[in-house]
Amino acid sequence: MTNDKMKNYLTIQNLVKYFGNDRAVDGISFDLTEGEFLTLLGPSGCGKTTTLMSIAGLHKPDAGEISVGGKSFTSMEGNIFLQPEKRDIGMVFQSYAIWPHMTVEKNISYPLEVRNCDPSEIEDRVMEVIRLVGLEDMVGKDATQLSGGQQQRAALARAIVCDPSLLLFDEPLSNLDLKLREKMRLELKRIQNEVGITSVYVTHDQAEALVMSDEIIVMSKGKIEQSGGPHSIYAKPVNRYVSNFIGMANLLEGEMAVVSKTGLSEISVSQDGETISIPCVLDDDSISQGDTAVLSVRPENVYAIKEKPDGPTIKGKVIQTVFLGNYVDCRVRWGNFEWKIQAHPREHLTEGEEVYIRLDSNHALAVLP
Amino acid sequence: MPTVQIQSLVKRFGKEVAVAGIDLSIEKGEFVTLLGPSGCGKTTTLRCIAGLEHPDEGEISISGELITSVEKDIFLNPEDRNLGMVFQSYAVWPHMTVFDNVAFGLKIRGVSRNGIKEKTDKALELVGLSNVADRYTTKLSGGQRQRVALARAIVYRPEVILFDEPLSNLDAKLREQMRIELVRLQQEVGITSIYVTHDQTEALVMSDRVVVMDKGIIQQIDNPERIYANPKNSFVANFIGVANLIEGEFLSNAGEFADGKFIFGKENEFFNLRALCKDSVSRGQRIVLSVRPEDIRLFSDAPPNGTTNILEGEIVDTVYQGNLLDCQVRIGNNEIAVQMNHFEKLITGQKVFISFSPEHALFLAE
Repeated sequence: MTNDKMKNYLTIQNLVKYFGNDRAVDGISFDLTEGEFLTLLGPSGCGKTTTLMSIAGLHKPDAGEISVGGKSFTSMEGNIFLQPEKRDIGMVFQSYAIWPHMTVEKNISYPLEVRNCDPSEIEDRVMEVIRLVGLEDMVGKDATQLSGGQQQRAALARAIVCDPSLLLFDEPLSNLDLKLREKMRLELKRIQNEVGITSVYVTHDQAEALVMSDEIIVMSKGKIEQSGGPHSIYAKPVNRYVSNFIGMANLLEGEMAVVSKTGLSEISVSQDGETISIPCVLDDDSISQGDTAVLSVRPENVYAIKEKPDGPTIKGKVIQTVFLGNYVDCRVRWGNFEWKIQAHPREHLTEGEEVYIRLDSNHALAVLP
Repeated sequence: MPTVQIQSLVKRFGKEVAVAGIDLSIEKGEFVTLLGPSGCGKTTTLRCIAGLEHPDEGEISISGELITSVEKDIFLNPEDRNLGMVFQSYAVWPHMTVFDNVAFGLKIRGVSRNGIKEKTDKALELVGLSNVADRYTTKLSGGQRQRVALARAIVYRPEVILFDEPLSNLDAKLREQMRIELVRLQQEVGITSIYVTHDQTEALVMSDRVVVMDKGIIQQIDNPERIYANPKNSFVANFIGVANLIEGEFLSNAGEFADGKFIFGKENEFFNLRALCKDSVSRGQRIVLSVRPEDIRLFSDAPPNGTTNILEGEIVDTVYQGNLLDCQVRIGNNEIAVQMNHFEKLITGQKVFISFSPEHALFLAE
């Protein structure tokens, strides 16, 4: 594969879709580089599936434009609407949509047959994708003999067999049990990487999004809250909503006491009449001194320490420790607030113990409420 | 006197030995988990305690009373054993209200009407279902039904509660919540509990002691921290959590540690590594090095002088999980899993160094 991948391979501009009076998608725009894996992430009703369906041509939007590889799929202004079957898109759904009365190969070769491909070519191509998705052992078997995970592999094989210009996934793993889901995440990602087909993936599962994606778009109420790579979304959430939706976070409302453009800022938070100024990172220019903001710190950036540190301190009591092997999920009560801490098992924190909270200032963020 | 005492328990199904001689004693109020893969004998052991299976050999007693003894030809029927049970399928009656479901066991035991009301109310309060006592169980969520099942098991204050994978039908979020709740309840009620699961996280989170089983035999009994930090053999190391297991050869003891010889790639290229060794092994004997991914440190540049157990390799894969980064490092022909909770950007193919402290690594006899 060459390095000159098309930057705006998929582009969406000002997409709007109403259901009755309900604005399911409220004017969103984004684009995606060729070969990349994009996840639309959000709770149900956020507009992620409606966006996907609009790309597939299964919904006709009320406004906006969609193009893939320079070709316009939908332009409400230009009165263009390509029918779904003309869009050259592969889709994988939550329900596997595998035909039970057909063998695995028949299921997979179906899209090639309706396109009247050469039979010998069909056979080669089908075997190629069967190997790619790891179903060699299932050749000749009826689809009913496949497990849930295998059916989803077959569905994926069918989606990629025609080498589509775009792959769309609608929560494909949500019917599988946890262990299998975790394994399939990595498998799907590996296969997508190998075939290099630009992919848009819809899920409400943040762990799935973090593990699989090149780009994540976090949505809420039909709008984009934040977009970026998994690490930037996780480490630099722009507001309380994103911080809370992705991963676990300690969220404390306070007032900006010091705003610094170059070094650390400070947010002043209160608990039980006790007020403390906490050093933090402020990236958002729209937040000024005296504004209300939210301190957001991940559990792995909070430490419970036994000796009193210098300067102002947050003193709390360990109220719960849950040993999970590779880490301990620990809760420390400070006034009415419960600090969530991901502690190392070798720290030996015990319930009832008094500890001091230390935050890693470089990973403590002040964000919009 | 232990509350539950199991001695030399054996149970065969045809030619297959499901339980191959188990000894276990459980103290009053303890929460003990039988953990292992399917077919390890954990459920059969539980069913023997419940009286749902007749063992082929051995004895079981509860609070000093023999309830099963093959030698002495004693076998108490399940209903005569003072046990409560909670199953995976909730086994809650749909045509009854929550209250009636819980009261049922008391009614058939002939408890007085006042006694039934008092005991049932208490049990419902304990599991947090007082406000839905009059509701039919079909109107309840999965978590609530499991609480009904628990209330029903504790209502007549049995001496022991047996749990058979009670949470495995619940979704991930609810399961995590119910784990903590179950433990809290068990501590409040103080009933001795035996819990069967194949889910290692459940076992670590909930238990006072974990009994790891495989092939009908107990592999290790210990508290969760020790099971995790000091696995007795490679089965336990690998079944509980993730462990890097690397085969090598024992060299010699070195103070509180021991040295071993490992080959990662080229035939004649040896690496000496140092770890704890609790088994007695001698020079030349095959050993397995066990080290957890989270106990390995990763360096982009050569680690500082004095660092022990340094290996040089290359990143082959990284999986970003937000709070953790799982990464595979290739060292010769081996792939080592490393888990980090604070990390910089890593690129596939990047050269790195890994190291681990000898006190966080174990040599296990093969």
